[in-house]
Amino acid sequence: MINQFEVIETNKMIEEENLDVRTITMGISLLDCVDADLDACCRKIHDKIYSSAKDLVKTGEEISREYGIPIVNKRISVTPIAIVGAACCKSSDDFVKIARTLDGVAKEVGVNFLGGFSALVSKNMTPADELLLRAIPKALATTDFVCSSVNLGSTRTGINMDAVRLMGQVIRETAELTKEKDSLGCAKLVVFCNAPDDNPFMAGAFHGVTEGDRIINVGVSGPGVVKKALEQVRGESFEVLCETIKKTAFKVTRVGQLVAKEASRMLGVDFGIVDLSLAPTPAIGDSVADILCEIGLEYAGAPGTTAALALLNDQVKKGGVMASSYVGGLSGAFIPVSEDQGMINAVEAGALTLEKLEAMTCVCSVGLDMIAIPGDTSAATISGIIADEMAIGMVNAKTTAVRVIPVIGKSVGEVVEFGGLLGYAPIMPVNGFSCENFISRTGRIPAPIHSFKN
Amino acid sequence: MDKIIITVVGKDTVGIIAKVCTYLSENNINILDISQTIVSGYFNMMMIADMNGTGLKFGQICDDLDAIGEKIGVSIKCQKEEIFDSMHRI
Repeated sequence: MINQFEVIETNKMIEEENLDVRTITMGISLLDCVDADLDACCRKIHDKIYSSAKDLVKTGEEISREYGIPIVNKRISVTPIAIVGAACCKSSDDFVKIARTLDGVAKEVGVNFLGGFSALVSKNMTPADELLLRAIPKALATTDFVCSSVNLGSTRTGINMDAVRLMGQVIRETAELTKEKDSLGCAKLVVFCNAPDDNPFMAGAFHGVTEGDRIINVGVSGPGVVKKALEQVRGESFEVLCETIKKTAFKVTRVGQLVAKEASRMLGVDFGIVDLSLAPTPAIGDSVADILCEIGLEYAGAPGTTAALALLNDQVKKGGVMASSYVGGLSGAFIPVSEDQGMINAVEAGALTLEKLEAMTCVCSVGLDMIAIPGDTSAATISGIIADEMAIGMVNAKTTAVRVIPVIGKSVGEVVEFGGLLGYAPIMPVNGFSCENFISRTGRIPAPIHSFKN
Repeated sequence: MDKIIITVVGKDTVGIIAKVCTYLSENNINILDISQTIVSGYFNMMMIADMNGTGLKFGQICDDLDAIGEKIGVSIKCQKEEIFDSMHRI
């Protein structure tokens, strides 16, 4: 039978160390909503999402109460809209109309984000894909809860550089259209290489075309719990360090698995995956950077950071894999800047640069995340940053992503405030040398060779 | 069996266990195990109970225990057992 110490340990994790379930995300296929008529398509989308997810928030709250664990977000991901709207959208404004439909139904069912205003263009774009990409700025500027993601490359197909070039412009335009709110629109937009079909985390969540009709995916969290556990093993060997991370990740993931199974049972929807990511929040004590410091760095970004992060990421996976029957999504340590107080401190201290962050993304999920850059950064430079990150993902057969925010009207040294879970961020300097001629080449970068691995 | 874990944390005072137990017995909730410690004046109790025999809903029990806790100045938390089982048992 459960003993008192185990109960105290669990409750301490929840009450003092910010253990929570970060998100229950319901994936909903909209493939059966395809229609040649835009209004009919929007109506079908609304009805399918509403009928599928109307009890999602209530169920999440009920589970949270039963187990005494916070479930922070309840969200929805849908089939990439570029596919769903291909038959009826003749212009970008038609896609914006679908985005508004999504926003409306998200508000009706009470979720706080809906992901899937997306296109998968890793090899090439259909006319509908391109219309969707061009609709993104307006869609994000005129909706509150819709998130957008675009898959620009993969290990099997290479990198679609035409789409990379276009996305540089789209990100800038999104920043311009939302400049009254410190270019907040860009916080809801992410580009990927090797995007996973079952990611429950925003802004990159979409319901892949290989998924079933409806599915429940759960994202756990718990950087604070790992940090606290590591405080007990200061100065110990790497073996002890790794074992401690693994055991903690196991416990955290088991909670996610329990919540996922229960949500799936109560909603009558299949259980998909648990995403093992360590997802930080701006709250004190809920930081991945703080774990890196606990491992032995003065600040995240100091020499040794990439190695420490590689170790952390791997041990989280090793601990988590056994705790859940199906693991998927991104699964690893997130290193967003604005959403992690330790990262913000590191940037402010001058310890962490964009280049070091790029190196860190080679060994962890996901990529350059929630990084505020100067508002005068050119579209070509943003495309260059994206291309670099896509190349890391493509060559290393991993998921990488870019979510940068060119904050219009602000420059290095200033701070931008997004509020809530999105946090605040100091604006980071970007290498000012031009990549214009590289980005203006057309076509795609071929897929890398899959033998002679070195 | 439908096991719940009740934890009580707060400053020690007369009759904490009595009040909780009275509530449970009035509502036909069977206590399976109690353990208790006092660390530097702070009362720490864990109770495993079976709510199979009660007509009350889980949420109602939580609310009632919350109210009792508030009255005697301690924090009473009520959770289903599965969260501890899944975290600490393979």
